[in-house]
Amino acid sequence: MHDVLQNQQWLLSLGVFLPLAGVLVMLFIPKSDESTVKGVAILTAAATLLVGIYTMTQFDYGKAGSLQFFTTNNWITPIKATYTIGLDGISLPLYVLSMIITLLVMIYSWDHVPSPGNPKAFFILMLVLQTGMAGTFVAQDLILFFVFFEVVLLPMYFMIGVWGGENRQYASLKFFLYTMFGSALMLVSFIALFVVTRSHAADPEAANFSFKWFLENGADVSKNTAIWIFAGMFIGFAVKVPMFPFHTWLPDAHTQAPTQGSVILAAILLKLGTYGFVRIAIPFLPQAATKWAPVIGILAVIGIIYGALGCLAQTDMKRLIAFSSVAHMGFVMLGIATLTPLGINAALFGMVAHGLITGMLFFIAGSVKERYHTLEIKRLSGLLQQVPKLGWILGMCAMASLGLPGLAGFWGEFPAILSSWNPLHGEGLPYGGLSLSLFRWLTVIAALGTVLAAGYLLWLYQRTAFGNPTAEFAGLGADGDHGHDAHGHDAHGADAHGDDAHGEGGHELLHDVNKFEWIAWTPLLIAIVVFGVLPQLMFKLFDPGVVELVKVFGGK
Amino acid sequence: MFAEAEATHAVGWFLEHAWLIPVIPAVAFFLIIFFGKKMPRGGSEIGIAAMFASFVIAAGTTYQWTQWTHHSEEAIDKTLTWWSSGPLKFAIGQHIDGLAVMALVLVAFISTLVQIYSTEYVRGDRRYTHFFASLTLFSAGMLTMVLAPNMVQFVLGWEIMGLCSFMLIGHWWEEEANARAALKAFFTVRTGDMGLLVGTAMLLAVFGTLDIGGEHGINAMAAAGEFDSKSMLMWTAIALFIAAIGKSGQFPLHTWLPDAMAGPTPVSSLLHSSTMVVAGVFLVARIYPVFHIGLDINVAGHHFNFIAVIGGITILIAAGLAFVQNDIKKVLAYSTVSQLGYMMMGLGVGAWMPAVFHIFTHAFFKCCLFLCAGSIAHTGSHHSFDMKTDMGGLRKKMPVTFVTWVISTAALCGVPFFSGFFSKDEIIDSAHANDYTVFWIVGLIGAFMTTAYMTRATYLTFFGKARGGAAHFVDGHEDHSHDEAADEVHHDIDGHDTHAHPAHDDHHAPLNHGKPLPFAPDDSPWQITAPLILLSFLALVSGYLNAAPFHWHSFEHWLESSIGLPLGEGGIPEPPTFEWVNALPSVVLVLAGFAVSLFLSKKVFFNDEKSPFKGLTERNALLGAGHKFLVNKYYLDALYEGVIVKAIAHPIAKAAYWVNQNVLDGVVNGVGITGRRTGEWMYRNVDQRVVDGVVNGSGATARGAGGALQPVQSGKVSMYGALLFGAAAVGALVLVLVNS
Repeated sequence: MHDVLQNQQWLLSLGVFLPLAGVLVMLFIPKSDESTVKGVAILTAAATLLVGIYTMTQFDYGKAGSLQFFTTNNWITPIKATYTIGLDGISLPLYVLSMIITLLVMIYSWDHVPSPGNPKAFFILMLVLQTGMAGTFVAQDLILFFVFFEVVLLPMYFMIGVWGGENRQYASLKFFLYTMFGSALMLVSFIALFVVTRSHAADPEAANFSFKWFLENGADVSKNTAIWIFAGMFIGFAVKVPMFPFHTWLPDAHTQAPTQGSVILAAILLKLGTYGFVRIAIPFLPQAATKWAPVIGILAVIGIIYGALGCLAQTDMKRLIAFSSVAHMGFVMLGIATLTPLGINAALFGMVAHGLITGMLFFIAGSVKERYHTLEIKRLSGLLQQVPKLGWILGMCAMASLGLPGLAGFWGEFPAILSSWNPLHGEGLPYGGLSLSLFRWLTVIAALGTVLAAGYLLWLYQRTAFGNPTAEFAGLGADGDHGHDAHGHDAHGADAHGDDAHGEGGHELLHDVNKFEWIAWTPLLIAIVVFGVLPQLMFKLFDPGVVELVKVFGGK
Repeated sequence: MFAEAEATHAVGWFLEHAWLIPVIPAVAFFLIIFFGKKMPRGGSEIGIAAMFASFVIAAGTTYQWTQWTHHSEEAIDKTLTWWSSGPLKFAIGQHIDGLAVMALVLVAFISTLVQIYSTEYVRGDRRYTHFFASLTLFSAGMLTMVLAPNMVQFVLGWEIMGLCSFMLIGHWWEEEANARAALKAFFTVRTGDMGLLVGTAMLLAVFGTLDIGGEHGINAMAAAGEFDSKSMLMWTAIALFIAAIGKSGQFPLHTWLPDAMAGPTPVSSLLHSSTMVVAGVFLVARIYPVFHIGLDINVAGHHFNFIAVIGGITILIAAGLAFVQNDIKKVLAYSTVSQLGYMMMGLGVGAWMPAVFHIFTHAFFKCCLFLCAGSIAHTGSHHSFDMKTDMGGLRKKMPVTFVTWVISTAALCGVPFFSGFFSKDEIIDSAHANDYTVFWIVGLIGAFMTTAYMTRATYLTFFGKARGGAAHFVDGHEDHSHDEAADEVHHDIDGHDTHAHPAHDDHHAPLNHGKPLPFAPDDSPWQITAPLILLSFLALVSGYLNAAPFHWHSFEHWLESSIGLPLGEGGIPEPPTFEWVNALPSVVLVLAGFAVSLFLSKKVFFNDEKSPFKGLTERNALLGAGHKFLVNKYYLDALYEGVIVKAIAHPIAKAAYWVNQNVLDGVVNGVGITGRRTGEWMYRNVDQRVVDGVVNGSGATARGAGGALQPVQSGKVSMYGALLFGAAAVGALVLVLVNS
């Protein structure tokens, strides 16, 4: 992290701000010209992703631990904030993931603009969101980070508040205020950290808000102060993650948000919190991190069990998926709390995997809702008969979500369990180790969470996908009959079988996965399998940066 | 290590490329999924070809391994880095030693036969292609597991099997019972898997590696005592053993296995012979030093191994349950559980070799028995598995099925000179020789019980008077006028297994694939009988690979190096020398079991209404209670589902959710409401005067943005935002002042 590569300094700024250029163009397109609006937005997102892919090709994988495409400039000089951005192996997957998700969500939105319509505003908001998300992952300055971190709030607030479900007002306000409350405390900590480090520094004039400054000076802060400052950051990030007991905004926000909002929220926004822990709270204040780690670990494990229990009590499919996020992010936080390379690698992998898998699950929930106009588990049954492809995809994602090896979810869960049995401990560590017995108990309880995960996901699957359709939806199957003919269960051929049925049978028939859904989903499904089979693709990227990051703790 | 070996001896091509064995079916899985529907035979040809290719390579590997062991005991490792984190590296690849080779060839062989069998058995099924895809992936999972060089790959294979068992048991998911059985299987095994996950983490803590073989692998380090604390090793072994119990259906997690019979019979056959349920036993055998040392318990100066206890209990418990089943597949299922108990007990008493040999022989005869049951249901008994209502008198009509069944039954019972005798008797003999007297007796009783329940099942199925579905079959070809019955059956030939459900599944659409009625006067077609003949042949002869009475020990020689512990002092006891005197008790008990059971079967079932044994369980309260206790499976299911799931898990989930909605969220909402009231107060009293500028500034911005979209509460939000930012600034100031 100490040496940086200052190559192609324009690249990251282009990637971050390109969506805003698209927004500018869109402002001049009349609202009524919907397809142009959508086209421009999707083109912008695609161009942004191309920049992201170009970034990947230019990235020096041999130096994945160093910041690359690094650039620094004065920004707000009076408050010592700088415009510093850079990208290393930890950020790269998340940075590119945000671009992919945005593009796929937009493609999905082509024929899925939620009520009350107005695609122009809807697409503009998604582009603004994209800038905020990408910016957060490349920011190397606390103020800049904070700004990007907050930029995502408003578009999401409007997405939920305008395009959301029945209870959208309550959910969006709760989401906004809760996150804002956390952000406020976080900002307190940022400012305090700056003030304290400057007062300790040999050369106070050199102080600024860049990450480099805090990495070099954060460890000098006295332990008690550091613990307080960490507390502020903890709440800010924990709300975002969300960790138990700060999670109650999440089920409401997810349930009420339009499908697109849920997907982005699950896939990227939640990761801002965990990313903040890995990138900011822990490396800046190692002396506080070792004291806070047990707290984080305990809350993480409570979250795992609690989230799973919450899932078991749900009657609504989307709300169930939302609660499962609480449990999965618990595994991520457990990995982080171990303060070991293995744990943090697991956490980073878990972040990406959860993004892919839960993003997909929300897509599916959206499509189920669109077809059946309900997500009540009781009323859904026999998806495999009526919309077999959708049913099979749901099955695959459920399996991925419960951590089946060979699919991406496993690599967030299993190494987290490995690491929490072996957390940071030993003799002569500069900031002390963690309690072995505590973390080992946590491991066992977390493992119980994997059983519960299997429980709620299979239970969901059994009731929605297996069996025969309920009376109210019987006879609306994609094949026009009860799905009993031998060819009615082809899950995998990409032929748009559902469209035919739709054409023949009028509007009442349920159609299976359509063209836009296939385009939006296929990349995610492929990624879930590829990263599941070849985890090293991702671990190789994370590892150098993570090893560098935890070196300060002196562990193995 | 490998490099040195190569310097002296050439390693064969097959040994170096054994990793292809699981890769081929794994690739085939995807091919079937994507292209199976378009193939003339619905993808089954891909599955069979892949399994056969795997079998050929496995056979080559086996041959070369037998050559290899003439001059070396080294395992052949080939690995790639799968993932790494800091200094930890985890590989994927192959670890080829005797145990792995044995399992590879066994699994590939049986999978091939089961797939051939299935082409007939599930012909015309509505999910034919998916069936073969799952079957192929299933085999790939088991094969991946058996050649795992480390625990991570082991977990991979283990869990893939879990998934496939879910898919296959729930193959006919339209019926809720099947979907529930699939769920139960997955969930129970998953509960055990908790132990696997934690146990693997513990192994990493104890040994600092997850590699199984090699000088610095788990086995070598455990055997050499290179670990810090014995108690830690014990807990590790316990955690892993819980996983083994769940997977191998050992007491008390055996309850999922009989329900798993809801799957198509070829699946049961594959699951119960060489894959899935064997995985738990295989885990213990694979990292045997960990279990042998870790679970060695010292009570009052007497050492014994905990594994033996679980194995012993399972033998008796499961055998007891097999007596009260009317479903032929459930008899076999409990028999499998009981035989797995023998394997576990063998591993527990230090008889690694006989236990592993029992895996080998058991696979053939148990696979054969299940396929026989399938053959009967497919051809003879109207798709029913109920021995009491739909079978009887089938021996003349299905001679091939009958003969292969009898041979396999003899092997299962341990009749001398059949394969089961050589493996099972040596387990019992070892228990005796290694001072596990109690378990020696348990083993003997188990042998008696095995013969007895198998005799009962054989009698009910093949002898006596034909009943129900079998009666149609038996009479059907004699006077060709049973149109009604024929119609009914024709309705049902989409391969659906029914398990004594009184109502037949008439909602399934009839399928016309131009097949004649299954009441041909002959046995099942060749796709079914050929595997039966092959398997029963092996049930007859496979025992001679390690026939102690004749001092033939090839199997032992090939597998010795896989134990991980030396034989003799400081390791596991040498296998006992075979004496016919020692084998006598079990032989006598087998005969006794046969005689007693035959007598009772004749008396109890059908023939003699006046028999004092008929309806005994109804008349005698004590026997009735015992019968009821067995029929209810010792009430373990009731305990798990009724008490643990319903009475504990659901209320807890509900309570937790209530807390979430009312307490945690209540706090949030309370804060929100209080905040709003405070805000209103502040707005009236403070805001208008003090922070006026800030609020208006940010409020205007936000309102501008919001107004463009829709006028939703933007004013209020911006006010909160501004307040929070103000609070943040004040807070920061306070924090700095307090701490500096």
